[in-house]
Amino acid sequence: MLVNFDRFTFNLETMMSFDIFVMQAFGGVSLFTVLALMALGLAIVFGLMGVINMAHGEIMALGAYTTYLTSLLFQSYLPDFAGFYFPIGVVLAFGVTFLFGLLLERGMIRFLYARPLDTMLSTWGLSLILQQLFRQVFGAIDVNVPTVSWLQGAWHVSDTIQLPLSRIFILFLTLGVAAGLYFFLFRSHWGLRIRAVMQNRTMAGAAGINTANVDAVTFALGCGLAGIAGAALTMLAATGPSTGQQYIVDTFVVVVFGGVQSLLGTFMSAFMIGQMQSMLEYALSGSMAKVLILSLVIVVLYFRPNGLFSIKVRR
Amino acid sequence: MNPINVSPPSAPNDVVTPVGLRSLHWAIAFLQRHALVILAVMLLVAIPLLASTFRIGLYAKYLSFGFCAVGLALCWGYGGILSLGQGIFFGLGSYAMAMFMKLEATNADPAAAVFGPAVPDFMSWNRIESLPWWWEPFNSAWFALPAALLIPTVIAFVLAYANFRKRVGGVYFSIVTLALASIMSILIIGQQGYTGGVNGITNMATFNGMSVQSDTAVWVMYYITAVLLLLAVVTGMFILRSRLGKVLVAIRDSEDRIRFSGYDPALFKGFIFAVAAFFSALGGAMFTLQVGFASPSLAGIVPSIEMVIYAAVGGRLSLVGAVYGALLVGSAKSYFSETFPSFWLYFLGALFILVTMFMPKGLAGLMDQFSGRSDEEKS
Repeated sequence: MLVNFDRFTFNLETMMSFDIFVMQAFGGVSLFTVLALMALGLAIVFGLMGVINMAHGEIMALGAYTTYLTSLLFQSYLPDFAGFYFPIGVVLAFGVTFLFGLLLERGMIRFLYARPLDTMLSTWGLSLILQQLFRQVFGAIDVNVPTVSWLQGAWHVSDTIQLPLSRIFILFLTLGVAAGLYFFLFRSHWGLRIRAVMQNRTMAGAAGINTANVDAVTFALGCGLAGIAGAALTMLAATGPSTGQQYIVDTFVVVVFGGVQSLLGTFMSAFMIGQMQSMLEYALSGSMAKVLILSLVIVVLYFRPNGLFSIKVRR
Repeated sequence: MNPINVSPPSAPNDVVTPVGLRSLHWAIAFLQRHALVILAVMLLVAIPLLASTFRIGLYAKYLSFGFCAVGLALCWGYGGILSLGQGIFFGLGSYAMAMFMKLEATNADPAAAVFGPAVPDFMSWNRIESLPWWWEPFNSAWFALPAALLIPTVIAFVLAYANFRKRVGGVYFSIVTLALASIMSILIIGQQGYTGGVNGITNMATFNGMSVQSDTAVWVMYYITAVLLLLAVVTGMFILRSRLGKVLVAIRDSEDRIRFSGYDPALFKGFIFAVAAFFSALGGAMFTLQVGFASPSLAGIVPSIEMVIYAAVGGRLSLVGAVYGALLVGSAKSYFSETFPSFWLYFLGALFILVTMFMPKGLAGLMDQFSGRSDEEKS
């Protein structure tokens, strides 16, 4: 199961089916925030470079652990400002994973561009190393991050519907990041370069764009988005060494389902899969919901090999 | 398109080399020319002479993963299909065998003679009182053994053919296999009453009345596994030398051209994927026969990807190399888990990175470089 729902307060006697629906839908939205942030990062990297980053989940876990460390630092050195740790943790999570991505691209990924299947294997190897590293540094037991005081509590929509503030916050965080990403990709010079390389690498190079730099920055950006996803995840669930592995298949499925070339498609498919997971989880069980969604994705891929939201192009 | 296929730029034979190095070339060329014979001697003579009964059981286990590695060398190295789901077929073979052995163990229980045949223990723990209909046929070895091999093969062919027909290929197909491996382990774990859940199917001591745990049985099964594995390698070589194998390599290198020449690539790719699945299922069945259990931890994503590294270490273009890869990585895993358990994942992770970055053709490729053999001569 992906997200633990025990932070919800259910009142069984008075709960009605509409309330259940709203709560499950909101659970799906929370799942969507993590999946969307993860999948956007993966989709950019995959769309631009054809690189399959199997360590994406562990990079998310790195972001989550960075947030955890930030909270520890604030607790021991700046207890007066403990309320500010979360926004700073998000920024730090982005920064750390961005730098990590930059190093990873320069040190490993760039040698494997011609061999997409091999990137899967080598990044899988990296993910194993990172998992073991997390286990030895942070322990095998999941760590929890305290919710800052101004995000504790819930928004009481009605007597039976309570939406936790922390989840509303990460929803806005996700929307903000997505909007920022949109402006970065479609309204900035860097974005212009990235899109140029994405569309035609050779011509972009001929026009004077340093494609190697663009690759490095894009890969790092993808990792940074995973880092933000990790920071958001700390508000939903505990972080453990195998957290990344729980999410990686779902993230791939989101990207493939939405169509790798389309970021809007990725965003939509994260929403759909988050909702389906949450609704089916209530109707069936967590594991059967997962099985159904994965099967559905295989079927969709069969009928639309380029994903649900792909643009039809002749190649 | 496929950079693996670019032959090494210089052949060391043309260069004047010292005598010592030349004899090294000769030795490696000898090893390569007689690779299959040497492998047979190694598996059937050398390992049995040197190993204790405990070790021979371990080697038999590595060899059953060797089936998956040989299958992967065929479908990944020569077919260009990277399957991250060989564990599915290994698991299906393993569970089919386990279902047969479990029913036998249940029926052999002295209580069954008094109270009539019961359901397997994990079913009664889950309050399932009567045997599900799809368990029934596994009472018979005549059904269970063919089913263990044919069900995975048919599933693999249908899956691969359908997907390749729609031109879901490359990385996408790998992700489909990944998703299927995930489904497989979730289903096994989730349907505890029918599959034994996370613990798998355990406590099976006999196969058709023969003990599988005695010392003799361990040796017999080692030899059976080794001979079957050699047969699998020979079959693979036969496929690669046939015209079918040539078409397969051509598809890997330029699928569109082959399509324009009037072949149906989906059929060939589906075939080789099914062969790989068949080998994996055979490995899974042999594995369960040796160890007496089937576990979801051998059917999910992690073992499936681990199998890829066996083939990659040995050399993805070498069927014989795949067997060595399985033996080497398997031995390394035992060594690490016996001495430094926490370093095993570091080692495995580093192996994935080093092999893909620095020796994409594995050990077999390394030997080619020393002996100066080009790709064209390779079998």
